[in-house]
Amino acid sequence: MAKPIPIEVRNLTMAYGGFVVQHDLNFSVNKGDIFVIMGGNGCGKSTLMRSLIGLQRPTEGTVLYDGIDFWNVDPDEHERLKRRLGIMFQGGAMWSSLTLAENVALPLREYTDLSSRLIDEIVSFKLGLVGLAGFEDFYPAELSGGMKKRAGLARALALDPDILIIDEPSSGLDPLTARRLDTLIVELRESFGTTIVLITHELASILGIGSNSVFLDTQTHTMIATGNPKEALHSGDPKVRHFLTRGEA
Amino acid sequence: MSAETNKSQWHLRTNRSDENSLEVSFTGRWCLDQALPPPDLLMDELPDGIVHIIFRTNLSSWDSGFLAYISCLIKLCAKKGIDVEQVGLPEGVRHLLAMAAAVPEQKNVGRPHVKKNIVYRAGSATIEFLRGVPEMLRFLGEIILSFGRLFTGKTRLRWSDLWWEIEEVGPRALLIVSVISFLVGLILAYLGADQLRMVGAQIFIADLVAIGMVREIGALMTGIIIAGRTGSAFAAKLGTMQVNEEIDAFRTLGISAVDFLVLPRMLALMLMVPLLTLYSGFVGMLAGLLISSSIFDIGMFEYYHETINALELKHFMVGLTKGSVYGAMVAFSGCLRGMQCGRSAEAVGEAATSAVVTSILLITISASILTILFYQLGI
Repeated sequence: MAKPIPIEVRNLTMAYGGFVVQHDLNFSVNKGDIFVIMGGNGCGKSTLMRSLIGLQRPTEGTVLYDGIDFWNVDPDEHERLKRRLGIMFQGGAMWSSLTLAENVALPLREYTDLSSRLIDEIVSFKLGLVGLAGFEDFYPAELSGGMKKRAGLARALALDPDILIIDEPSSGLDPLTARRLDTLIVELRESFGTTIVLITHELASILGIGSNSVFLDTQTHTMIATGNPKEALHSGDPKVRHFLTRGEA
Repeated sequence: MSAETNKSQWHLRTNRSDENSLEVSFTGRWCLDQALPPPDLLMDELPDGIVHIIFRTNLSSWDSGFLAYISCLIKLCAKKGIDVEQVGLPEGVRHLLAMAAAVPEQKNVGRPHVKKNIVYRAGSATIEFLRGVPEMLRFLGEIILSFGRLFTGKTRLRWSDLWWEIEEVGPRALLIVSVISFLVGLILAYLGADQLRMVGAQIFIADLVAIGMVREIGALMTGIIIAGRTGSAFAAKLGTMQVNEEIDAFRTLGISAVDFLVLPRMLALMLMVPLLTLYSGFVGMLAGLLISSSIFDIGMFEYYHETINALELKHFMVGLTKGSVYGAMVAFSGCLRGMQCGRSAEAVGEAATSAVVTSILLITISASILTILFYQLGI
């Protein structure tokens, strides 16, 4: 029997009222992919992410995780599927009344039976992975935007998710930190076999670590290319080439 | 050492390879969804004389649970001066451990942990309050200067903002003001009826309700309603703007945030609260009329006539003056707390709460001062 595909997007259409953001999206994300959802500003990348993570029901079509219809299962299964996802929001979305350590520990305390000692160790380890060792007792308001973002990634990693969905990982980060984050993403894929979805328009990340991609077009409101981003550099579609070469090709 | 249940298939074995070295072998499944052993246990059972630990692994699967265990073990070994050989760990574990340790831990970045007893907290609150007074006065000064610019035509008030605020704080508050004022009028009528019945002067319920509502209670109740409804909204809105750096954007452009954001709100409340006060007085008197005629057998015309006789222009002036002052106090508190807001969701909540508390405090203080002042002036 063939292994189920971690993520399948089928005939997905997303709209706000009468305004169709994207329509007829069809693509699959394979296990261990670093899958990039790319496109210009306002093309609907973040709206697609909201549909992938259960925050916005698509107008038409659906999303399947391991062959299970995410939007048409019973609520318990829907919740179980959501727990398999680790989400890093664009601004980090850290809970402001909790310290960084408490933010990262909350999912662990909620869903595991680990001892406090091990939870504390996991928290320190995850914060260390994103370069925030020593900031355990800080509140999000005391951190810079880039630090909040990295803390958001540490929280997303708390439960070692099967699928990690990251919205704009490198925007607002200095080049070294951005590079470090890219290395971490690759390492997570290599070590845990995590399937990673990146929503971004940072070319360095797209071309540096992306193994597969979909390109969403702002004008036609649908996908116009899929495949390895490096191959997309030579795409027959001029919009994709323009995007990936900053308008030079 | 090994797991007992089927789900927890982790195994941990130790073997003394020589006098100074211990081999620690990890096999099976080491994952977060199991009850993994505490790392201290291994250290507690460590034989004497061990200065070198060698990790061996044959894992069916592992995740952050194993990483955390190993990381903790390494730290404990370091504390005891025991050397650790990591070559036997899976490559992924070694990479991730190296990545987590790549950026050195930031030392001395945490805040000192001071035990906060009641004396400490009371002292801190007092210092905080005293520090807030000059800031409050500075904000008051900025508002006065802004009004000065308005009257000398040096500021461009956005009329659309003012109209929007007027609608928001006036007409939209009518329903809640009506309900509260009617019920307060009713309470006053009952209170008066109970006392005045003893001297056979129930007709004076009209005087009590009319003067009480128009002169004092209408303004006071309106002030409190507006503090809860509008003052908190001002603080939350300005606080959110602070979080989004919108106020910083005004400052960097050299545009006075007070002229742009505070002035329309101050004007709107100073204009609308007196009108709401008049309305509140009217609704309270209506409640008194209905209750007196239906419950206490006082004729409607009789009640109306007594009310007209009781009310003088000065009572309206007192009520209107108090309404204006209370409106200004609520607008001042709401805007002050909003502009002072921190940069988090929690700070916005604190600003809204603080705006209501400050408004009610200032309303009560100004009510007392005005009452004494009007008494001394014989008004």
